[in-house]
Amino acid sequence: MLTERHVGRPRSRVDGPLKVTGRAKYAADYATNGLLHAVVVTAPIAKGRIARMDTARAEAVPGVLRVFTHENRPRTAWFDRSWQDQVGPPGSPFRPLYDDRVHFALQPAALVVAEEFEVARHAAGLVGMECEAETPETDLKRAMTEAYVPPKRRSGIAPPPKPRGDEAKAFAAAPVRLREQYGIATEFHNAMEPHATTVIWKDGELIIHDKTQGAQNSQDWVCSIFGLAKSKVRVVSPFVGGAFGSGLRPGPQLFLAVMAALSLERSVKLVLHRDHHFGLMHRPETFVTVGLGATPEGKLCSVQVEAVAATSRFEDHQEVVVNWPGLLYDVENAAFDYRLAQLDTHTPSDMRAPGAPLGMFAAESALDELAAKIGICPMELRLLNHADEDRNDGKNFTSKELRAAYQVAADRFGWRHRSPEPRSMREGQELIGWGMATGVWEAQTVKMSASILLRADGTAEVRCGTADIGTGTYTILSQIAAEELGLPLPAVNTLLNDSAYPAAQVEGGSWTAASAGTAVQLCARSLKEKLLKAARGITNSPLASATMEEVRFTGGRIVLARDPSHAVTLAACFRELGEEKIEVEETATPGLLSKMRYSSYAHAAVFAEVRVDEELGQVRVTRVVNAVAAGRILNPKTARSQILGGVVFGIGQALHEEGIPDHALGRWMNHNMAEYHLPVNADVPAVEVIFVEERDALTSPIGVKGLGEIGIVGTAAAIANAIHHATGKRLRGLPMTLDKVLPR
Amino acid sequence: MPDATPPAEPALALPPPLTLALTVNGARHAVEIRPWTTLLDLLRDRLHLTGTKKGCDQGQCGACTVILDGKRVNACLVLAATRPGSEVRTVEGLEGPDGALHPLQAAFIEHDAFQCGYCTPGQLCSGVALIGEGHAGSAEEIREWMSGNICRCGAYPHIVEAIREVAGR
Ligand code: FES
Ligand code: FES
Repeated sequence: MLTERHVGRPRSRVDGPLKVTGRAKYAADYATNGLLHAVVVTAPIAKGRIARMDTARAEAVPGVLRVFTHENRPRTAWFDRSWQDQVGPPGSPFRPLYDDRVHFALQPAALVVAEEFEVARHAAGLVGMECEAETPETDLKRAMTEAYVPPKRRSGIAPPPKPRGDEAKAFAAAPVRLREQYGIATEFHNAMEPHATTVIWKDGELIIHDKTQGAQNSQDWVCSIFGLAKSKVRVVSPFVGGAFGSGLRPGPQLFLAVMAALSLERSVKLVLHRDHHFGLMHRPETFVTVGLGATPEGKLCSVQVEAVAATSRFEDHQEVVVNWPGLLYDVENAAFDYRLAQLDTHTPSDMRAPGAPLGMFAAESALDELAAKIGICPMELRLLNHADEDRNDGKNFTSKELRAAYQVAADRFGWRHRSPEPRSMREGQELIGWGMATGVWEAQTVKMSASILLRADGTAEVRCGTADIGTGTYTILSQIAAEELGLPLPAVNTLLNDSAYPAAQVEGGSWTAASAGTAVQLCARSLKEKLLKAARGITNSPLASATMEEVRFTGGRIVLARDPSHAVTLAACFRELGEEKIEVEETATPGLLSKMRYSSYAHAAVFAEVRVDEELGQVRVTRVVNAVAAGRILNPKTARSQILGGVVFGIGQALHEEGIPDHALGRWMNHNMAEYHLPVNADVPAVEVIFVEERDALTSPIGVKGLGEIGIVGTAAAIANAIHHATGKRLRGLPMTLDKVLPR
Repeated sequence: MPDATPPAEPALALPPPLTLALTVNGARHAVEIRPWTTLLDLLRDRLHLTGTKKGCDQGQCGACTVILDGKRVNACLVLAATRPGSEVRTVEGLEGPDGALHPLQAAFIEHDAFQCGYCTPGQLCSGVALIGEGHAGSAEEIREWMSGNICRCGAYPHIVEAIREVAGR
């Protein structure tokens, strides 16, 4: 038998059976005897102070144990530092029930804890609050006049690139000029699993099931705020029902549930109500202005990108918004500016590809406008300005198969049949439009550790502190371990997102596959060294002088490649070692040297078809082809799902998703899933995903660039460009709802 | 359930419990509940059948879909006390008596019809009932009739493929 090949092959999710039978346990699925239920009460105003709190009636309901408010909450850490986490931005993090101040709409103001969920919910309705309201500001258009360059940069977020050439002069001299502003509405993550924490309290020790993208991040935060030893707090969150960035920072539900459990010395479960999520996490509304100067042939002379993004009054949330076009396109003169404006909301959270779909919606729409102005094919315009090196940073790319991606996607889409004129394709009452755009996302790696425990019976356990939020991490880590060790896939059990496992950064940024995958590969290789050494040491070993290069691990044996009759079973190696099992832990660290010399990005070419009802303005996306160049694809099956998920997110961003504020009250008018529209099954067409062959030995040892974000970037722009092609109408604000599509 | 002398103000008194008999996945249960308990909370908190998920608790997402007397419903919108004697089938009851996966469960794995898996129990119950309703004739029809089950991971095209495959058998 040849080596079992798993990596690069389509494999069904190893956690599939648990997920289709309801046996996968999410944060709110844990229970214990005497579990208490907690319900949050939110403040009725968006800004001001709570003058009086009336909890007496709620506390009089039988079965209610306590109503926590800022007046009676237990003492916790005070310094900002104690509340900071692995990924938060600079500033002063929100502290639930900290004092009488109300900073944003739907701010948690009290926590009711009762023996039964329904009792807690009922009592929550009896908590009274008298507030002194101040005038909130939630209008970014107004707040923009006081936009500022964030004085302290957020760690891990690339600042705007340095200007190059003389953008103003080049723009002024350019024969073709375009300068437009684009806007993207506030969006909400709305992972299907609500944010929830179940705290199992036992004699002062806590086992916490938290909806989190990083169990260790949650553990550190709890220990730092409550002054607990790490040995007393374990966070175990094997399944996360989607997060899309909303589980990167530890949330108020974690603080509140732990606070209640410690005070009452009981186990407590807190599931945030869907509506409350709208107050606590969002993608910031952002305005992006793009100026392009070009020759009549379409060669870019200048690019200018300026953005103003919303943040809260207490933290400077930052994203990479303006950098992308200067990176993607070869242009001599470029200038970038990124500013923040403060609103009376909670701090924004990272949401799927934070920053990129905003800047890229603007840039890729502007390029489409330029193409139309000049009268050339939008794809040709991009090829004409294609950057073969990163001009932002003056580095070479580790790889960039974007040209190939354009080509294959265009072919599959049938792009050459496009008639260039807007409104030139129709079927009955429907106008048909074809648009395209580019996607890009940085391929990052972070420090991550993992371990493998291998048993004499040929089964293995992989452990890593990072999470699988639906991304397929369980599956790809099992594939890597099984392939390296020559085991069948079911022999490997991968265990994730437990604070007791080897240290890992939060899952996010598309860095998990490359980083955790490399750590697992290192573990497997070090196990193989140990095993081969043992095999060589066996008396009269058939592998007595074999080197690692000369052998293969396959079917539970080590065999000599040139003569497979020379083999030693793993069981024999274990006997020689006198062990039943061996375990190794290894750490993957980002290759700093290659990071200094090279730039690494995943790219995508997105083509979309829309049909627009001419009378109703209704837009349907009827076809999407997305060709992705993202290095090595570990599992085409789960990889396709990741891109598909990104495209569906992009369809939502393009057509549906919009937080609608009432600026007089400073509140979201549509804080639920009925009025905040998400794409449903009928909104999503057949989506074709193509992975372009791309070899990349520099980004990560396993050749992987990451796929979690790239699928969304470019999708909204491709749809906007298709709508323009269909209708002749250029829409510069997302989402493109039918009121904007209809002729005025 | 805690017992206390009912306080004077009506809002502070708990509604008196009642006994509800129902069948869940073939097993009979008689449970003492209060009239304000939803079928969803009964399943999850009382019967510890946590396969059925809560996504919004107000009928907007479909995560809580179960099959109630042969029809798919949002369990968060059903007050359990209104359905005495009913038969409920949840994701835990889809497998055959021999423990073999329901064909739709197997098709979901095969077609990778989920990522995080949180909407999956609801999608599966909805899909099984949909096939029974005869609304799985085409991809178009499936898309329309499965639109009450939101999947934020965006697995829709794979969900449609899985249902088509099983409905076509
Ligand atoms: S939980 Fe019932 S529909 Fe969302
Ligand atoms: S699989 Fe995650 S919401 Fe559907």
